[in-house]
Parts: sequence; C-alpha cells; structure tokens
Amino acid sequence: MSLLPFCQWLAETRGSIALHESLYMYPLVESAHVLTLCLFVGMSVLLDLRLLGVTLKRVPVSEVTSRLLPWMIGGFTIMLVTGLLLFYAIPVRSYQNIFFRLKLITLALAGLNAWYFHEGIHKRVGEWDRDVRTPSRARLAGIVSLACWAVIVVSGRMIAYNWFDCDMQPQPPIVNRLAGCQVSGLER
Amino acid sequence: MLSVFQSIEWSSVGQLIKNSPWAFAVIESIHLLALAVIGGAVLLVDLRLMGLGLKRQTVTEVARDAQPVLVWSLGVMLLTGIALFVSEAIKCYYSTPFWVKMASLLLAILFTFTIKRKITLADNATRNPALMRVVAVVSLALWFGVGAGGRWIGFSG
Repeated sequence: MSLLPFCQWLAETRGSIALHESLYMYPLVESAHVLTLCLFVGMSVLLDLRLLGVTLKRVPVSEVTSRLLPWMIGGFTIMLVTGLLLFYAIPVRSYQNIFFRLKLITLALAGLNAWYFHEGIHKRVGEWDRDVRTPSRARLAGIVSLACWAVIVVSGRMIAYNWFDCDMQPQPPIVNRLAGCQVSGLER
Repeated sequence: MLSVFQSIEWSSVGQLIKNSPWAFAVIESIHLLALAVIGGAVLLVDLRLMGLGLKRQTVTEVARDAQPVLVWSLGVMLLTGIALFVSEAIKCYYSTPFWVKMASLLLAILFTFTIKRKITLADNATRNPALMRVVAVVSLALWFGVGAGGRWIGFSG
C-alpha cells in the first residue's frame, strides 16, 4: 500500500501550504529541529560513551540514565513535533526521498535498540552500575545507538539535496524503486 | 577584506570543495554530527551549573569528564567549519548571520576556556550558586548564537 495519496492530500491542506510558503515559520521550525540535536542526540551520545567507558567513568550508569533521560525525552519530543511539522510542510517530496526513508528506517532501528537495552541488560544495571568496562551487550547497545544516530543525522541533512528526487529523471531504476517514484515507461 | 575572502574561495581547496557535487554535503554532515556532541558536552556542564542533570556529581567532576568530549568535537567542528567556509567565503563575507556566528564563536571559546573553566574547576567552597547560574546562562546564550547563526547562513543565501 502506498501512502502517496495521503501525502498528496496532506500537501493540499491549507496548513501545509501556509507552512511551506511561510517566510519565517519554516526556517524557525527547522532551526528548532536542528538545534535540539544538541539536547537529544548530544545527551544520547554522552550516555552511549558512558556505556563504552569513554566518559563519565566514575558516574554509575543508572545515575547517567536517570538524570539524563528527562532531558532526552524533552529533546526527543521537540524533535518529533518539529520533524512532523517539517514533513507536514513538504509531504510528497519527503515521502519520495530516499534519505527520508533511510532516516525513518534507522529511527525505528534506534528505537528497537533502546527498547532492547532498557528491557534487557539495563534491568540488571545494579550488577554492573559502577563498571568502567560495561557488559558486552551494553557496549553493543552503545555502538548501535551511536551508529544509528549518525546515520539519522546525516540522512536528515541529505534530505535537503535533490540528487535522487523523482522529478530529476532519468534516475537509475533502483533509485526510482527505493524512492517510490511513479515513472511512466519501463522503469517501474 | 573582500579580496582576502575572494582569494580564499578561489584557492585550489576552495574550488575543489565547491566544484564537487557531494563534498560540501558530506563535510556539512560531519559538522552537524559534531554540533550534536559539542552541544551535549556544553549542556551537561551548564545544566550542572544550574543544579540540574548530574546533580550528585560535583561541578568539577562533570566539567572534567565533559572537557575531552568538548575539545574533540570542537576540533572537528573547526576543521569542517573551515572547509565549508573556504568553499563559500564570498557568500559568507556578505552574510550577516556568518558574522554573528563568528563573533559568538570567538566569545564562546574565550568564555569557555577562561572564565567558565576557572569557575568549574574551583573548589566547591569558593563557588557561589548565583554566579554559577550566570555563567551557565552566558555560556548557553553564546553557544546558541553560534548554532542559530550557523543555521541561518544557509537560509540567507
């Protein structure tokens, strides 16, 4: 099932058009989205680095998670709201952008990784709270998180480039397929 | 001054980055990754100065731990930032946000490595909570100026 008709409908709504054409609102929302990286991704990176024994070595892991989590949740909420608004302003092009798609998939992976960490090894954090060298599963969670967020940030930035846009034909068939471009002819 | 900026942009490095279809995008992505990390390191210390975040650790402990993260990410930031600047120096010359960013950056670096460093590394006994809050707010304001100015360079082109 394609979400394209939904995106096309969304793009025709008044709010979407207003945000898309606004002189200051769109840049302000985008700036908030980018600068909140410092809060959300910045704090996540510090937690991941603690799991890897790189920084905050003398601070118990449970202390880092419990003290930083409220800030991370706050940051994530701002990123989510502003991110949804950015999508709302440009739905069709975003939907058919391979970097946007990559970003969403990686976001899901990052979410799964965080869930697995919290439901798994972090449940027994009492046993390794003060270890500089944390259990291998915790270190793996840190590495996967760092990798996911790096891909999410980079692909997010790349959405701005139109290299693989559907209106930049001809594109290789694989690009059209991954981006869900509706191309007349044999490509699809 | 303009001629200096012109010769920077017309240098071989400037032209190399400018003429590559992907170099700017890749360097900018790394610049952005470093932004997240530098922001985390600055926020961690500033929140602690305001009595938030890692409250059970002393200001000095938090500042000591955050220092290497800050220095490394700042290094990446400056290197990639210079590369981006070289590829569009003339645009930067005419960009108000660029100059706002450079002024904020200069002040932020000076403030972080002199006054803020001195306050965070002082004994607990000699530290004054009101002063710590002021230091945190000034630090946040200066770094916010750097980040917001940076984002705005792209909008004003």
